[in-house]
Amino acid sequence: MRIESRQQFDTAVAAARDTRLSKGREVWVCCGTGCLANGSKAVAQAFDDRIREDGLQASLGLYHKTTGCHGFCERGPLVVIQPEGLLYTRVRVSDVPEILDRTVRNGEVIPRLLYKDPATRQSYAKYDEIPFYKHQIRVSMRNIGRIDPEDLDDALAHGAYAGLAKALFQMTPDQVIAEIEASGLRGRGGAGFVTARKWKACRKARGDRKFVLCNGDEGDPGAFKDRSIMEGDPHGVLEGMIIGAYAIGAHEGYLYVRDEYPLAVVNVQKAIEAARERGLLGTNILGTGFAFDLRISRGGGAFVCGESSALMRSIEGRTGEPRAKYVHASDKGLFDLPTNLNNVETWADVGAIIVNGGAWFAGWGTERSKGTKAFSLVGKVKNTGLIELPMGTTLRHILYDIGGGMLKDRPFKAVQTGGPSGGCLPADKLDLPVDYEILSENGSMMGSGGMIVMDDRTCMVDVARYFLKFLSEESCGKCVPCREGLKQMLLIFDDIVSGRGKTGDVERIERLCQGMQLGSLCELGKSAPNPVLSTLRYFRAEYEAHVGRKACPAGMCRDLTAYEIVQESCTGCHQCPKVCPTEAISGGAKMKHVIDQAKCISCGACFDVCPEDCIRFFPRAEAKEAAHANADH
Amino acid sequence: MGDAMSGYSCVDHGLVDAILERYPREEPSLIQVLQDVQRAYNFLPCEVLTRVSRELGVPLSKVFSVATFYKAFSLTPQGRVIIKVCTGTACHIRGAPLLIEEVQRRLGILPGGTTEDAAFSLHTVNCVGACAMAPVVIVGDKYLGNAKAAGLAAHLTRGE
Ligand SMILES: Cc1cc2nc3c(=O)[nH]c(=O)nc-3n(C[C@H](O)[C@H](O)[C@H](O)COP(=O)(O)O)c2cc1C
Ligand code: FES
Repeated sequence: MRIESRQQFDTAVAAARDTRLSKGREVWVCCGTGCLANGSKAVAQAFDDRIREDGLQASLGLYHKTTGCHGFCERGPLVVIQPEGLLYTRVRVSDVPEILDRTVRNGEVIPRLLYKDPATRQSYAKYDEIPFYKHQIRVSMRNIGRIDPEDLDDALAHGAYAGLAKALFQMTPDQVIAEIEASGLRGRGGAGFVTARKWKACRKARGDRKFVLCNGDEGDPGAFKDRSIMEGDPHGVLEGMIIGAYAIGAHEGYLYVRDEYPLAVVNVQKAIEAARERGLLGTNILGTGFAFDLRISRGGGAFVCGESSALMRSIEGRTGEPRAKYVHASDKGLFDLPTNLNNVETWADVGAIIVNGGAWFAGWGTERSKGTKAFSLVGKVKNTGLIELPMGTTLRHILYDIGGGMLKDRPFKAVQTGGPSGGCLPADKLDLPVDYEILSENGSMMGSGGMIVMDDRTCMVDVARYFLKFLSEESCGKCVPCREGLKQMLLIFDDIVSGRGKTGDVERIERLCQGMQLGSLCELGKSAPNPVLSTLRYFRAEYEAHVGRKACPAGMCRDLTAYEIVQESCTGCHQCPKVCPTEAISGGAKMKHVIDQAKCISCGACFDVCPEDCIRFFPRAEAKEAAHANADH
Repeated sequence: MGDAMSGYSCVDHGLVDAILERYPREEPSLIQVLQDVQRAYNFLPCEVLTRVSRELGVPLSKVFSVATFYKAFSLTPQGRVIIKVCTGTACHIRGAPLLIEEVQRRLGILPGGTTEDAAFSLHTVNCVGACAMAPVVIVGDKYLGNAKAAGLAAHLTRGE
């Protein structure tokens, strides 16, 4: 039924709370992309079947549902039991009857399914006691993992659209903008532009036809917060966009969603339809006469389309080539009409800010960066997943208290933030509080909130080369400095990682970086040198080792690295031959193993699997020298 | 290639008609239409592109420029099963290059290629948003998390 007044809205929320918030137990099965990959669909189905068969719904007042991503994807499938807040990890279909019998019926905890901290081996029963969750403060992710994203009533029961109702019934557009201004909210898509200022400019722009857009392109590899938000709480994004449209005076909008996120497309589409049906979207929203409607535009798989002007060209059905920055989107954006673009997370913050007030949000954070921020913590860290924390949290706290420390306890080398426009920060920067300015001042960037942790087995020259390769494939090719600069730089890097580096290469790279920063048309090219410059700034010695000694200190550049098994320590456990892709390792069980250098491709698979640490890598150049020396004898 | 090519000349125009019905006949529909065409035919057949150009009133040159700009599109027929190896940062540092090599070695195709019997295509993708399970390989629509080179073979067998 369409909601057409404040009173009807309140009634709808009350009714939703009645049916959706159970008085008894609730079972929530995560069905985000990560958990689905681990088989959560079958688990949800098994709960469904058993509960129906046994009539548990009626007898226990049991309510069960599937939710979006809890952010702890690595441990999936995840099942949460309420009201206790129990978290079961890696749940299989065969565990379902036991969970229903022991936990749901009798309130018993099943120790086997609890999360065990890899660092301390301690088990945790409760969701919010687990270190990974304990330190988090979730604003943009407030409802993810708590609501069924396909059920609008469940969203209403958990507070969705309360901000919209407040904005439309109690506030003028200028008051909405003032509240956002008071919150200090800055764009979560990368550059950190002040949101209220952008809205104001678009509100002032001349013309009756204006657009509000959502950037769900999330191109930074290693970041997936926007995916989780769109999948897990699409209503939070819609609510923000409708409020924004009201503040700006726009009646049309688009959500630009990455083609690689099929589930996000589906969930957002369903949310749009549900919202339209209930009168939360479309003409005469909540009976106030305000009209705003939304469409999805699926991206085509191009990184540059995350850039504001390229994204708008893409929605227009064209190739995503950026425009020079002097054309402002607030005046001439989509179809050359006034347009306001914000990131998924920015939009998701809006509803909560309107409900709780700008001061509430500004209560977290640093002087210049307010509120909370979502990050995806990935790479060589024990707990990988999605987190939301106050701005100004230190990298060390994120890495060790939430992330649980380094994977396999290897030494920390760097953390990469900001995607291909960002940089790598070394160990002595771990105590920096994370905010927009501090990251930039130290040669990195906030970007999409990807944090990729690297250990001693990550080669920083290879990382820089990786981003160059990524960007050279993604450069749209419109301007010469970016197109050619990336290509030439990549050629030099190819030489360096394969042992053909020459003195002067590093200096040539630095000159190319300068040229790109000065001459590129859009931020893609202007910021492309960042990964190179930051690795040069903090890890120059690695470059020098590659060029001068033809050695890769991390042992990752294959052309420069050779492996051997230290005979004295080999126990003959026979693990390494099993993982060797080229059958280069000989030796039976309980015998000393040997690597055949002619067959070895230096992939390092054996090194990673050896339980005794008896595989050693060394510069291939040394091996050649030794061979020469032997031949000379 | 012979087998794969034979499907070329006789595209089913019913599919295009149905797709064109869903969108207004104007330039902004181009990418959405091409996406549906790609999904329906598994690639963008030339004949269909000429149809789309005519129907949407977009010059063929522009249709091609869009079709070649975006990674989601391919102008050659794809294998029945598409293997996507994620090469995003998280996957890269957790061993994605080894996985690509393994698929290459097993199937004898490079990224972007399709096996001669049109059973498999191999693609690299920039990040599929499942970084917490890096490295990730997607075979068809199945996500394989924490993928290991040695474990891939089982997913690369040809069914009936
Ligand atoms: C090459 C490039 C890629 C970008 N990719 C994204 C992206 O994937 N998602 C995003 O929200 N912003 C991205 N941005 C930033 C957008 O241009 C824009 O600043 C942002 O979407 C505005 O929203 P915000 O103010 O809420 O952050 C990118 C910028 C550049 C230059
Ligand atoms: S980097 Fe591979 S899924 Fe994100």
